[in-house]
Amino acid sequence: MTGPTERLSRRARETPPSGIRRFFELAEEMDDLVSLGVGEPDFSAPWAARTAAIDSLERGRTSYTANRGRRDLRERIAEHVTRYDLSYDPDDEILVSTGASEAVDLAMRALIDPGDAVAVPQPSYISYGPTVTFSGGEVVPVETHAENDFVLTYEDLERAGADEASILVLCYPNNPTGAVMTREELAEVAEFVREHDLFVLSDEIYAALRYEDEHVSIATLPEMRERTVVFNGFSKAYAMTGMRLGYALGPSAVIDAMNRIHQYTMLSAPTTAQFAAIEALDSCDGAVEEMRREFDRRRQFVISRFNEIGMDCFEAKGAFYVFPKCPPGWEDDEAFAEALIREERVALVPGRVFGDGGEGHLRVSYASSMGELKEALNRIESFVESR
Amino acid sequence: MEAKRELLDLLLSDARQSTEDIARQLGVDAATVEKLVDELESEGAVRGYQAVVDWDSVDEEHVRAEVELNVELDRETGYEEIARRIAKFPEVASLRLISGSYDFAVDVEGESMHDVSNFVSEQIAPIPEVTQTVTHFVMRTYKERGVYFGDGDDDDRLAVSP
Repeated sequence: MTGPTERLSRRARETPPSGIRRFFELAEEMDDLVSLGVGEPDFSAPWAARTAAIDSLERGRTSYTANRGRRDLRERIAEHVTRYDLSYDPDDEILVSTGASEAVDLAMRALIDPGDAVAVPQPSYISYGPTVTFSGGEVVPVETHAENDFVLTYEDLERAGADEASILVLCYPNNPTGAVMTREELAEVAEFVREHDLFVLSDEIYAALRYEDEHVSIATLPEMRERTVVFNGFSKAYAMTGMRLGYALGPSAVIDAMNRIHQYTMLSAPTTAQFAAIEALDSCDGAVEEMRREFDRRRQFVISRFNEIGMDCFEAKGAFYVFPKCPPGWEDDEAFAEALIREERVALVPGRVFGDGGEGHLRVSYASSMGELKEALNRIESFVESR
Repeated sequence: MEAKRELLDLLLSDARQSTEDIARQLGVDAATVEKLVDELESEGAVRGYQAVVDWDSVDEEHVRAEVELNVELDRETGYEEIARRIAKFPEVASLRLISGSYDFAVDVEGESMHDVSNFVSEQIAPIPEVTQTVTHFVMRTYKERGVYFGDGDDDDRLAVSP
């Protein structure tokens, strides 16, 4: 008889475990751990959004919704994204998905034919590469650089051979670096995209978490709307990660195709979460702004502490991550992170987990209370000084 | 947002944090923080720094009552005069002029219900302008100055996640 392991598809067998898993396992064993390794807000969803979810359950709203998501939610999303100068028709240009992750996967499946090349800037969120592979595409890694504060440049794209790709993935504000891109910087990328006729998948899940300046979507640049799908959702801005609700905005032909796959594989996004999302868009701007300001204070605290400690940390202006360098004398981010967690019980994620260009850096999430951040930074300081 | 306003938020959330930590969060130096704190204090915006105490967790008797006061004004005596007189009592923890069916809301604190009711009947009620008092004893405090005394939302996030 063929054993279960042999029955696995080649694709399943060839999918490597996430590099984060080892640190997760180390962290799980520890008492008195302070974790700066968490990729989600430490806040809970705004109470108004939670009560809307509860209320919907009490009223028995537990059935499927329209495949594309509730019409009233799509209308609110259309209204909401006008703050980024984005304009999409709730009828056929918006798809509500089970987390932005599902929408990214749907877009990959809707746009990639076997063998198509997909340019993925790195370091970046760990899921893009595997979803490209699941769709039969080939990843073209595009390394971004510390000296540019991890902004994607025209030269980065050229050097990586991204002109051969049919799709470019963008993620700004960026996980893991916290980097953001200005309109001028995006214009360079847009120029490359138009010259080489690429299509852009722009993951803007951290759009609401910008400090010091406003978020700019690449879809607002000339001729980019027709060649871009924008992803956003409720996880990061509204601290609703577990509700699993995201959305995609794009040209109707692509959204239609994504919806066709979605209706067979997911049917519709979680209904309870959709009710929470409607309330979030209706009444939670204030709560989001409060969280953003709290993140901003922590961000400034963490950046100045790392620089005091001698771990070079550029001024990340988005998301809730900073990406400091290992201290002098440490080349290997993985060795540093492992020694730190074992000796000081502080969890960070080594930069290399997020791809080329991440080596020698550490992803630090400041989605933890000020008390925990102070404690973690004190422990890191005494660790660095003891060497 | 203006640094001074930001500073006020930081002090409201934790007045015990160090000047250096506040400076790091505001992106200014410690001397600037000291200067802004001095300004807030001299302007009267910041009137003090106090702990938020859950008396149910302190091993001693502590009784609190919210007292509604109705007063009658005359040509010589206004709210300010009455308030000044009532505020002098150390038993009065807070005193507010409010809208609605009574005039002053007074928080009175004491070591026993007897203490508090004595204070109201012997010190407050006899004030000539006071026409009526209604005393509500606090039975339990759930939230005080933004701090919830019950179990918070537990942090059950995974220790490391992408």
